[in-house]
Amino acid sequence: MRYLAPNAILGGLIIGIMGLGALLSTLWTPFDPLAINFTARLQPPGHEHWLGTDEFGRDVLSRLMAAAAASMGISLLTMVAAIIGGTAVGLLAGYLRGWTDRILMAFNDALLAFPGILLALGLLAITGANKYGIILALGLAYLPSVARVVRGTVFSLREKEFVDASRVMGNSEAYTMVRHVLPNCVAPLTVLATSLFGWVLLAESSLSFLGLGVPPPAPTWGNMLASSRPYIGQAMWLAIFPGLCISVTLLGINLLGDALRDRLDPRMRRIRA
Amino acid sequence: MLRFVARRVLMAVPTLFIMAVSVFTLIRLIPGDPAELMLGDLADPASLNDLRERLGLNQSLPVQFAIWLGNVIRLDLGQSITSGEPVLPLILDRFWISARIVLIAVLLAPVVAVPAGMIAAWRRNSFLDLALVGAATILLSIPTFWLGLLLLLLFGLKLGWLPVVGYVPFFENPAAALLYLVMPVATLFLHEIGVLVRMSRASTLEVLELDYITHARAKGLSEWSVLRRHTFKNAFGPTWTLIGLVLGNLLGGIAVVETVFTIPGLGRLLVDSIFARDYPVIQGCLLFIAFIYVVVNLVVDLLYPMFDPRVTAE
Repeated sequence: MRYLAPNAILGGLIIGIMGLGALLSTLWTPFDPLAINFTARLQPPGHEHWLGTDEFGRDVLSRLMAAAAASMGISLLTMVAAIIGGTAVGLLAGYLRGWTDRILMAFNDALLAFPGILLALGLLAITGANKYGIILALGLAYLPSVARVVRGTVFSLREKEFVDASRVMGNSEAYTMVRHVLPNCVAPLTVLATSLFGWVLLAESSLSFLGLGVPPPAPTWGNMLASSRPYIGQAMWLAIFPGLCISVTLLGINLLGDALRDRLDPRMRRIRA
Repeated sequence: MLRFVARRVLMAVPTLFIMAVSVFTLIRLIPGDPAELMLGDLADPASLNDLRERLGLNQSLPVQFAIWLGNVIRLDLGQSITSGEPVLPLILDRFWISARIVLIAVLLAPVVAVPAGMIAAWRRNSFLDLALVGAATILLSIPTFWLGLLLLLLFGLKLGWLPVVGYVPFFENPAAALLYLVMPVATLFLHEIGVLVRMSRASTLEVLELDYITHARAKGLSEWSVLRRHTFKNAFGPTWTLIGLVLGNLLGGIAVVETVFTIPGLGRLLVDSIFARDYPVIQGCLLFIAFIYVVVNLVVDLLYPMFDPRVTAE
């Protein structure tokens, strides 16, 4: 089964294009995404402004590109934070077992029982709505699901012969854990990281839409949609393009995630076979 | 059966307890004096001292937690800083508005999504399967707030069939109330279909691989009765479990839909109180939604044996 599934190609292509747009925005955008121009308010898509202008005369395409960098950057950092934190907790609980496991997992499961976005809302009440507050709140909110998956994987791995072999060779517990157990968690973590990126991107957009995201005038897809609402009747392009960006990116992530799961999840492979 | 019910109910108690600990910790992590947080900036020193006494703030943290938990169990969630109203009635008022939208969507979605997922699995890798899974994946990828805005743009503004924003209490004018419910419900309904079709397809695929299905076909049963009598029963279980999770996520994420359609529901109450730093209401909303989420999943678990009697034997 060494071919690339069509949904992996399509998903990868979408993420690639969105990522390139985001990277490009850090170097160049058609207009300054923050430049206000009242003579060019609410212009429909046309020659000068390809995707139109908003209520302050700011270029929508430039803002979408800058927003891609903000939204995808925050999601990426949050995902990395949740993966690192969750892996640490899961590895400790799964490898040490006993009371460490019981106490860590009791809290983990209770946090897991909150809907992720609700936990993030609660944490945002403390951290405040800014870039680092969001990363911290969302990172903590999604950490428990990573810990669950890692712990489960470690539980089955630590019974394997190669772990015993490492111990018999006189390697310390910590060395065995990092050198032999951790690398075998990479496959399930890859699948999870892809879904996680999607969840976080959606959560970040939702929070921005609610006004609890990165504060304006900095653009995110979510806050662009929120500010489009009063003008939706006269300038519907303001509501169309940011939403399209979020949906297409999420579609790309979902397609890529499905393809990865099909390839890396042994349970799915059995069904396919 | 009774033992199964008792065990599941008892299992929910530690979860609720740790949730209470989490919410308590969350509110105590906010820098500042908890009594001042609970009464707001404009409180007079006498009532501040009174509340400090009642919350036991000069005693140890475990004692404070015990006092706090006692109040929560007696349904005393304090008063809103901004309006001065008791928190629980405020939450319940708003909850009925949100619950109506979420419940209708959750009850309708499986009726469409489960058969669609089964058909996709049954005609696996056909054009129909591809179309259904493709449509579900696209629906799944559209955030509810954009879907809501699109519906609003199309049916509210361009076609003018439905009222654009707002909400009418049911008992004042039932017909108008229903009309206002259509778009928010449709938004959640379409989003959920995406999730449920894929789950239903995946679990049907697993069941269709099993020997007893081959046996049922071999003994000459029609495809219809293989699907209805043999596949459905075993394939529905995982989808049913997912419905509980979906309900919880919708309650957590309802705020965005309520924002799109300007509905004064529970999600909006939570977000508004975060803006207003109305900590008693924030704390109450978190506790309440978490509680509902646990109860819903408990009910889903308790009803599970109806679809799969094997779980009680475990």
